[in-house]
Amino acid sequence: MSGSPYAPHTDAETEAMLDAIGAESEEALFDIPAAVGFDGTFGIEPRTEREIRRECADALAANDDLVEFLGRGHYSHYVPSIVDHLADRSEFLTSYTQYQPEVSQGFLQALFEYQSMLVELTGLPVANCSMYDAATALAEAATLADRVRSTTGDVVLVPAHLRSGKRAVLENYCDGAGLTVESYPMADGIADVDALADRAADDVVMVYAESPTVRGCLEARLEAIGSITETADALFVLGSDVVALSVLEAPASVGADVVVGEAGALGLPASYGMGLGIFACREDYLRQVPGRLVGASEDADGTRAFTLTLQTREQHIRKERATSNICTNQAWVALRAAIHAASLGPSGLVDLANDCVTDAAALASDLDAIEGVTAPVHDRHHFREFVFRTESPAPAVASALETDGFAVHVVDDDHLQACVTDLTAGQTDDLVAAVTEVI
Amino acid sequence: MHHDQATYTSESDAVREPLLDEKGTATVDVSADSPLPDDLTRESLTLPNPSEPEIARHYTRLSQMNWSIDSGPYPLGSCTMKFNPSFTEDVAADPNAAVHPARSDRSTQGILEILYRLQDVLAEIGGMDAVTLQPPAGAAGELTGILVAKAYHEHHGTDRSEVVIPASAHGTNFATAATAGYDVVELPSGDDGRVDLDALRAAVGEDTAALMLTNPNTVGLFERDIAEVADIVHDAGGLLYYDGANLNALLGRGRPGDMGFDVMHYNVHKTFATPHGGGGPGAGPVGVTAELADFLPTPRVREATDGDGYERFAPPESIGKVHGFHGNWLVLIKAYAYIARLGDAGLSDAAAKAVLNANYLANQIDLAVPHGPFHHEFAATAGDRDAADVAKRMLDFGVHPPTTKWPEMVPEAMLTEPTEIENKASLDDLAAAFNVAFGDDDETLDSAPSRTAASRIDQVGAARTPRLSWQALHETE
Repeated sequence: MSGSPYAPHTDAETEAMLDAIGAESEEALFDIPAAVGFDGTFGIEPRTEREIRRECADALAANDDLVEFLGRGHYSHYVPSIVDHLADRSEFLTSYTQYQPEVSQGFLQALFEYQSMLVELTGLPVANCSMYDAATALAEAATLADRVRSTTGDVVLVPAHLRSGKRAVLENYCDGAGLTVESYPMADGIADVDALADRAADDVVMVYAESPTVRGCLEARLEAIGSITETADALFVLGSDVVALSVLEAPASVGADVVVGEAGALGLPASYGMGLGIFACREDYLRQVPGRLVGASEDADGTRAFTLTLQTREQHIRKERATSNICTNQAWVALRAAIHAASLGPSGLVDLANDCVTDAAALASDLDAIEGVTAPVHDRHHFREFVFRTESPAPAVASALETDGFAVHVVDDDHLQACVTDLTAGQTDDLVAAVTEVI
Repeated sequence: MHHDQATYTSESDAVREPLLDEKGTATVDVSADSPLPDDLTRESLTLPNPSEPEIARHYTRLSQMNWSIDSGPYPLGSCTMKFNPSFTEDVAADPNAAVHPARSDRSTQGILEILYRLQDVLAEIGGMDAVTLQPPAGAAGELTGILVAKAYHEHHGTDRSEVVIPASAHGTNFATAATAGYDVVELPSGDDGRVDLDALRAAVGEDTAALMLTNPNTVGLFERDIAEVADIVHDAGGLLYYDGANLNALLGRGRPGDMGFDVMHYNVHKTFATPHGGGGPGAGPVGVTAELADFLPTPRVREATDGDGYERFAPPESIGKVHGFHGNWLVLIKAYAYIARLGDAGLSDAAAKAVLNANYLANQIDLAVPHGPFHHEFAATAGDRDAADVAKRMLDFGVHPPTTKWPEMVPEAMLTEPTEIENKASLDDLAAAFNVAFGDDDETLDSAPSRTAASRIDQVGAARTPRLSWQALHETE
């Protein structure tokens, strides 16, 4: 093969085009001084479609086929076939940001519908059409807090139980904004509200809480956290996920100013951590929202139409004064999540969420019955996942379970964590048997 | 050539395809059957409740009201809207690729091998020594690169507060520098559209952390003085950042690493043809020289130190993380497949044909192109016409218009990047659309488009009265 299979030019066409331009050759069109040019090779052999499919399939076959009782921020549920088939329509997949809304009504409406679903789930009036993931959404919430709070504070308070990867992202954005991240203590798996109240002084610009927490615990006192935050004149940012939100008290009702979190629990398979960041907030912060917003308008014929709006917040207009540097986001994942949510409908979503509570409780109960295991370690309501204690060293137990075909999280030397969704609910008995054997 | 985009009109004539909620919602009494206590749960949930056949029609109709690369030419400047090979979707859909990010190294050798190989080929293509695949988009790559530069300076005990950026750069560059906590120093464009070396010398100094540069720049010109630019920045103790948006023009002919760049990002959804997905997901890997490798995000992938397979590791001075997990893996694997399909010769040919197409198209249109010689894209000027209006009229001819009114150094700019995928006939159609639209009278331009699913949309009204959800919309209807 001499060229790109996706460049359709015949030799005669290339000649005709060069003639029209008045150029001798393709090379003559390049204005790159020899001193900084490259005349070597990359050493990449071109392969056929079939060879590459086989090559990648062969490589991926080296992944062990484990039953994943894994969560801690990345969740997968069964994705109905229709999600793939509709989202893979190339009119969606091969389009880009809707800079010309007159020919992009389809994607704009789908994103408007996605925003509307999040408005219902959060109770907040503004939701953007995506951030990269829950971690970057949290980080963007911190920079928003920095912009909207008149206080001179620079402290962002986060729960001690926060996944380290998420905190690391937050710290990178906070560093640039001159903010520092501090944690408040937990009390048996959820926020220690008294300790938080003591810490929430004038120097705090934002308080972050999660429900469910990274350990799967549902926060029992969100309203109290909201009050403490309001008293401190700080921003209350609540983290959750799209499935949990369908049954939990709406964040707006507990005083949340901003909701961040993960919506990729719908629409995405396990994807090595790919996400879909939720960002929703109160009306007051509309002009401080990061990312794309789709709004309703009308066209010249008076027909309802959709368009990207309030773009003066964004980097391509506002440059260094933009609310964020985000441009390309996760639009297609948002489309997938919306189709998945539509497919479930409200009763399907609520059933799925209720199963996340009962399946986790059932698995914890079964594990707790094993001698040498305490499950769950926190006396709280759990969603999808929970931490359990093993008398044998936890890393060794997890390693032995992996050999048996099961993946669980190691929290520390004494604790493991298991997550159960509709995809794994049918295999919990096997996990319990394996844990019994290993312990 | 004309094109009529499909559209749907509901009974009332006031809407096209109804919103999902207008097709019927259901309200579920959540607290009634909840396994949770009432104080934790909401009372009810109201959402659309469509049947599966209704869902299929709804989204199929929406798709038909959406322009895409597979619909026709999409020469959006700076966006590199290439054909997205279908087979890469199948590669990414392998069930063995669907793995949780917390899995152990030993149980994910397949993923690690592909990531390792991708790091390797990207390093080769960019002339860089080390690559991270974590950033989930181009702007995230920019932030990663600037944070790496910042960590490098801090590690060497120098406190630098400024990032220098040419006025013609992508908006993300400015926003990225600000996000990382830097002051932005804007560099005016030289008369020839390139960096003015004297202006650069005046702008850089002991406060300069980095210069962010796009090359070819945003009107398609190669910065011929790049070696001097690198010397000026390096002599001041700064680093040189390469914005990879226009890398497609250089494939096989120039590598940022050989030009003196210290850090760069790649836009795999541009250069390496992964689908743009209506605005993402993309991926923005970052490559750096050996001096900066220790600061890259954690984890990276390497051959296992015990010689068996691959493993993740934390670079010793890592900036930490820029994505909660490992970035957009299902996008990265498509980029790997694309690069493998093209190989050296294909990548080089992609650049050649992209540059040929831009030059041929520019030659065929009646609009002036003030700056050259350009490469894969050019900024035509609509002169005394409004570029945005010309663009709207182009929509009637079955093409997507270029990026308009940017970069600002060209008045009424139409930044055009046809990419290598268009053949001569397609470029001739595109040129005809340019020329007819450019020659139409004001009234025709003002009333355009007319053959699209929607006629001209009121953008000002959308911003003045924001209605961002069906809840807000129905309150005003």
